[in-house]
Amino acid sequence: MWGRRRGAGPGGGAEELRARRREREAALRKARREQQLVSKRLLREDEAERGHDGAGDAAEAVLEPVLQGEVSELLRGVQRGSEDRRRWLRCLRRALQSKETQQEFVRLDGAVRTLVGLFTCSLPDVQLEAARCLHELSHSSDAAVAEACVPVTSYLLTYLSGHSIELMELCLYTLGNLVVESEVVRKKLLPQGIIPVLASCIQSPHEAVLEGLGYVLSQLLQAKEAPAEIIPLVLDSVLPQHMLRLVCSGLKFGTGAAVEFAWCLHYIVCSHTANVELMSLGAVPALTSLLCDIAFEISQSDSEGLELLICPVLRCLGNLLAEETGHEVQPQDERLLVALFVVMQCYLQQHPFIIPESLWLINNLTADEPFFCSALLSMDLLPALLQLLPHSQTVSVLVLTVLCNIAEKGPAYCQQLHQQAALPLLLHVLMVPDPEVVGQCLELLHLLFLHWPQVAVDFVRQGGHQTLEQHQSTPELQERVRALLDMALQPQDASVFSSPSAASSTFSQMM
Amino acid sequence: MLLSALRHRLRERPPLPPVPPPASAPPRPPFAFSPRRLRLGPQHPLLEDGDVQRHLYLREALTGRAEEAERPRVSEFYCHISGCSQVFDTLEGYEHHYNALHRNVCSFCRRSFPSGHLLDIHISEWHDSLFQIMAEKQNMYKCLVEGCVEKFKSSKDRKDHLVTVHLYPADFRFDRPKKAKSGAKHVSCPTDHDGSVLMDVSVETSEQLQADHMEVVPSESMEVPQPAASPSLPEKRLYKSRIPSTICFGQGATRGFKGPRKKV
Repeated sequence: MWGRRRGAGPGGGAEELRARRREREAALRKARREQQLVSKRLLREDEAERGHDGAGDAAEAVLEPVLQGEVSELLRGVQRGSEDRRRWLRCLRRALQSKETQQEFVRLDGAVRTLVGLFTCSLPDVQLEAARCLHELSHSSDAAVAEACVPVTSYLLTYLSGHSIELMELCLYTLGNLVVESEVVRKKLLPQGIIPVLASCIQSPHEAVLEGLGYVLSQLLQAKEAPAEIIPLVLDSVLPQHMLRLVCSGLKFGTGAAVEFAWCLHYIVCSHTANVELMSLGAVPALTSLLCDIAFEISQSDSEGLELLICPVLRCLGNLLAEETGHEVQPQDERLLVALFVVMQCYLQQHPFIIPESLWLINNLTADEPFFCSALLSMDLLPALLQLLPHSQTVSVLVLTVLCNIAEKGPAYCQQLHQQAALPLLLHVLMVPDPEVVGQCLELLHLLFLHWPQVAVDFVRQGGHQTLEQHQSTPELQERVRALLDMALQPQDASVFSSPSAASSTFSQMM
Repeated sequence: MLLSALRHRLRERPPLPPVPPPASAPPRPPFAFSPRRLRLGPQHPLLEDGDVQRHLYLREALTGRAEEAERPRVSEFYCHISGCSQVFDTLEGYEHHYNALHRNVCSFCRRSFPSGHLLDIHISEWHDSLFQIMAEKQNMYKCLVEGCVEKFKSSKDRKDHLVTVHLYPADFRFDRPKKAKSGAKHVSCPTDHDGSVLMDVSVETSEQLQADHMEVVPSESMEVPQPAASPSLPEKRLYKSRIPSTICFGQGATRGFKGPRKKV
């Protein structure tokens, strides 16, 4: 089920599609800032029913609403027990793809009750078709429509203990859609036993079931009340160890499921309530090793869609390593650093959103660990890091922060930064009209001047002090600019520099 | 820096030079930098772009199976369960039919259940004579919710528990108390109902059938669809009672043995 994204459909050129995508992204950003960002997934059978709008949300692919009165005709047809009940249900299902029809349907007396009855009946075909109708309702953008399906939740859970893969899949995606609708729905699903049901379901060998299950869990874990009410229940179950196992096997088996479970782990990790438990399951080394495997994979072939797995895996590692005890479980494995640079290199053009998140993780690795600072320098990763400087404001600040982490480790590190020609690029950065970027650059220059005075000499030789003077009038910068100018213009005054020169030349000998 | 060189480093791990000893100093004003590992909350702006991509994927993902019409056809075959005459021309159709109707079937009364858990409870409550004796002394009625270990004195107490604690509907379909005249169900035969092959329905009394369908369809409750072709059914039916969970028919057959589902 994984990775089949809507391709470019007929109608609309590439430019138009890009414009529509930007529009959609803007809407999502706005929703996120308002903390209203929820999405639903649609499980539909046939290509033809998905509409022809190649770039639309799945929800937009609707048919014309049926005429007034036709909905009740459909309902009567479905209620009339007869041989063609299944055909009526199929017509109803198609009609329910339109929001207006959905709204009209749920208002009809006994309509949802009828569907629930058919969904729990003993005719397999009728049952499936009724499940599809309920799924269409659960996908509605109108909360009232989705909430009308709430009476079916206990049955959705019951069938998850069954064996019909197709039915389980429908139940899962329907549950996943209902879960995000409101806290009322979640307050009902928890006592109905959704967590134990999911915990036994996660042992299913079927990829499709696992992906659906991951979707339900990820929807549950995003809830505002999750840290207090849902995550503790999840931790008490067998779910975490299976989630981790399924994420880590994501390259070989069930990438779609791995993506869902990786997002689940991310929601748990950033709730900051369960990280000791996750670390005791070995999450850090397991995810590190997964990230290395993914990096290897994308470095040799164009595996589309893996960015959606990489992103939550990066986030889990970033936040787990930010824990107080994070660096204790962190393996001193330079391959993690290599993997991050591979990811950034492969995705710089296509998926630039990965870059800041990767740099954040590199920051967490290099902040307190001389090992990773030294590894970055000795494996020649610096040029790739410096290359990112002009990318964007956020990226510039993050790159400079990582460079500061390295420089802060002392003379040997600063000497190496200097030898690898960081200075000319920093002079370019000083010309950027962004005080935050320049401010971080000043911090870096200070560390370099402090630990390796030769940098200050070369800085002045290359005219850096003139560039620096331009910032003297910027209030948040002027103090630091003045201090740097003092340091740079009196390099012969050894007392400015704390670093004993004897200790400073050791790096190249050790390399 | 070449990607190939990096790829090599991912697999080979050539030795690294020793790490030079760090010599950090605390920041001196006006400079303030000191290294910090950062923890990002779910709403952090740095995560915005990634979240947007995730939600675009959720909204645009085409999650779906092949349309029934497009599924590979096989030559028509009948359900192999004796007495069931359902015809199939796709393996998927058969798989769902088998799992829905024949997997969790009571060997005593032929009722079909959606899960092994509900079947187990049904068998002990309806067909285990020891259960009745025990039930007089201790709480024997297990809660229907998987993961709940509560037991009750009677099915009515259980229903109260289901409704108040688990917020189940009061008319939960799979919680039918055993009726006094339940023995009647054994004499029921499919030809009573237009040769219908409804599994659990057909083996119930017509009274129960009516009750079931009253929930579903208030009017014309006796009419049920007739999915099968053959009206002449053998009177006697033989059902396999329980299939081990490791056995898996149809499409998922090979997977069934690799990772059997654990029954709780």
